[in-house]
Amino acid sequence: MKNLITLHSGAAAVAVKDPWELVDTQEGEAAPGASGSAYRILPLSDWRQLSEVAAKRSEATAEPMGVLLHPDDDPADLAPWIDRIALIALEFPSFRDGRAYTQAFVLRSRLGFRGELRAIGDVLRDQLVAMRHCGFSSFAVRGDRSAEDALKGLAGFDLIYARSVACPEPLFRRRLRAGEPGESDQPGT
Amino acid sequence: MYKYDEYDRALVQARVAQFRDQVARRLSGELSEEEFVPLRLQNGLYLQRHAYMLRVAIPYGTLSSVQLRTLGRIAEQYDRGYGHFSTRQNIQFNWIELEQVPDILQLLADQEMHAIQTSGNCVRNITTEAFAGVARDELLDPRPLAEILRQWSTVNPEFLYLPRKFKIAISSSETDRAALRAHDIGLYLYPGDEGEMLLRVMVGGGLGRTPILNEQVREALPWRHLLTYVEAVLRVYNRHGRRDNKYKARIKILVKALGVEAFAREVELEWEQIRDSAGQLTLHEYQRVAQGFRVPDYERLDALDADFGAWLARDAAFARWVQTNTRAHKVAGYSSVVLSTKPAPTADQSTAPGDLAAAQMYSVADLADRYGFGEIRVAHEQNLVLPDIRKRDLYALWKALVSIKLATPNIGLLTDVIACPGGDFCSLASTRSLPVARAIQQRFDNLDYLHDLGEISLNISGCVNACGHHHIGNIGILGVDRKGEEFFQVTLGGAQGKNSSLGKVIGPSFRAEDIPQVIERLLETFVRYREVEEPFIETLGRIGAGPFKESVYSGPDESTNPAQIHTHSRKGEAMA
Ligand code: HEM
Ligand code: SF4
Repeated sequence: MKNLITLHSGAAAVAVKDPWELVDTQEGEAAPGASGSAYRILPLSDWRQLSEVAAKRSEATAEPMGVLLHPDDDPADLAPWIDRIALIALEFPSFRDGRAYTQAFVLRSRLGFRGELRAIGDVLRDQLVAMRHCGFSSFAVRGDRSAEDALKGLAGFDLIYARSVACPEPLFRRRLRAGEPGESDQPGT
Repeated sequence: MYKYDEYDRALVQARVAQFRDQVARRLSGELSEEEFVPLRLQNGLYLQRHAYMLRVAIPYGTLSSVQLRTLGRIAEQYDRGYGHFSTRQNIQFNWIELEQVPDILQLLADQEMHAIQTSGNCVRNITTEAFAGVARDELLDPRPLAEILRQWSTVNPEFLYLPRKFKIAISSSETDRAALRAHDIGLYLYPGDEGEMLLRVMVGGGLGRTPILNEQVREALPWRHLLTYVEAVLRVYNRHGRRDNKYKARIKILVKALGVEAFAREVELEWEQIRDSAGQLTLHEYQRVAQGFRVPDYERLDALDADFGAWLARDAAFARWVQTNTRAHKVAGYSSVVLSTKPAPTADQSTAPGDLAAAQMYSVADLADRYGFGEIRVAHEQNLVLPDIRKRDLYALWKALVSIKLATPNIGLLTDVIACPGGDFCSLASTRSLPVARAIQQRFDNLDYLHDLGEISLNISGCVNACGHHHIGNIGILGVDRKGEEFFQVTLGGAQGKNSSLGKVIGPSFRAEDIPQVIERLLETFVRYREVEEPFIETLGRIGAGPFKESVYSGPDESTNPAQIHTHSRKGEAMA
């Protein structure tokens, strides 16, 4: 994919080269991508059908697997393969559609997904910080916008009160850690 | 009052810088209007009919005198000299230039205020009632939890692009004065058997074109779970709320579609997985925030003050004002005072309900310093409150309020109208609601008559969006457009508070000029059937809407009452 920002140990950079490709299986079936790339991202609907085959093939060839979720897909459907999937792409049909933030939370915090979580679609500079908080690790910036410019969106001030994937403790717990006096108060009754 | 710490300050300051950059990018054309819209909305900036409107949050309705002076300064320097207090404890400035917004936000941030999330499809300003912490009928102080919620919901990254706006209110008084049941989440705070703080969680309320009162999904939730429970509700909503139709996108539609039991099950399922997470509140945090709401240094006073009693006996106008515009206080010798923003219009002056001039803001700030503890509250009914006034100072305060036209003794009465800005400002309006409010206030300016009528709420919205809460007014007036002409539909029987209910349409709608006449006939009917001191809503409940409808549509007697009321009847228009 082009126009991509990736996070590596917290640092964001524009990716020089990225092997992943979205596969439109309607045309290409599960056959290797037209360009011959082995890094294919399948939509969940196709993934369901092909997962067994794909999973087997991946074992045999060590070919990495990628899945695309649409906003109304249930991330829990990926639970059986969560450790073997290398990349999950979540789609923002419009940047106003915030379902992928919750999908990201569920994938990371509940299903324990550790691979690359990519935002695709209407991905713009001013939402990147929120995406990063929810566990996204790469951002395919909308085609007509510059990824270089969007990088600035990740550079600025970033503080939240609540907890997030990137920041698993809410501020009221982080605060204590930062040395404010007070008893340490564990959760639980 | 809660004071910002270094984190709070850093956040609002950074937000100003961020929005300054976004405005610059918009002005340079780098950001399209379409991309800019959600960004400006999340910073409280609307485009209205004539200009930008900036909505500033007044979290749980609490202002310091310094903050109120800052609002006055903004009104004076950047607007046309006044501001408009809304029903959700916000203030709106109607005539704002985009280029100046960053400077205004800077002024706000310097005084620990902001406009973050006062608009847009996110969690909005957390509201409570104006008498929180001082009302005699209060069970527990809701303000610390309101502030905790404010912080939690501010820039909460998962919930910034919800299907639709999301409003949360919390209250803890015998009579709910925060319209809890009209909110997406209404939280009722009460003590358990051992005095521990518990919450009743009600979800799925909202007005707008499909008015619905929320329903209970959880009883006796321990306060420590406040944030995780709200998180669970929002997560279920964010995943499953409709996004295909903005009129069906509020959480109330989801709750109705699933049924409240099924919805509650979804929420509980989600909550079970996070209830013991790091999101659970700590006592330490509660205490840290609660410090900001410590009881001020009240004097030990007698419940009765001799001077005050003497003035009550001597000055009937004062006594009347005390009766309508003051409220019982927790502490002996003190009262809470309501400042009416709804004076009877005069030939040369008429202001919208909720409007306050900069000069009035400065004066109120001074009075709060002089007679109170420098604190001011904003009420859901678009009035201001001075929460802590010694009874012995009431007379002097009253004199001062009279001189700045904020002492109209009409709180809770017919002319204490709630009204939205309507077509004079709002670009979504079907009708102009303010002239109707004005006509009613003009027609019923006889204070004796108003006092005799007793408690009655009249709410006006300029269109189906229902910003004026017409569904929960005893008398509700809704402006509708009929082929380019303005008509007004009347509902009866709405109520907020413990016995909340939604009003029902009485029949075909009316022309603006006939509304005062319609109201008059409704009131005549009320007076005719009223038993002793019965409030309007009880008479209506007892006799039903029938006699009221009849009085309006048949008229008492055409020969003695020639005023012909023009109605607009559309085929199939609901009569009930
Ligand atoms: C003039 C600019 C305004 C605009 C464009 C505006 C827009 C809207 C819209 C579109 C809704 C319907 C939301 C829905 O049904 O989902 C709404 C509801 C509401 N607005 Fe406004 N509004 C404005 C001013 C105000 C003012 C001045 C007040 C207070 C006096 C207010 C208070 C409310 C309230 C309480 C609701 C009902 C919320 C609910 O449905 O639960 N708004 N507004
Ligand atoms: S009710 Fe309609 S006219 Fe009135 S402020 Fe709301 S959107 Fe505007």
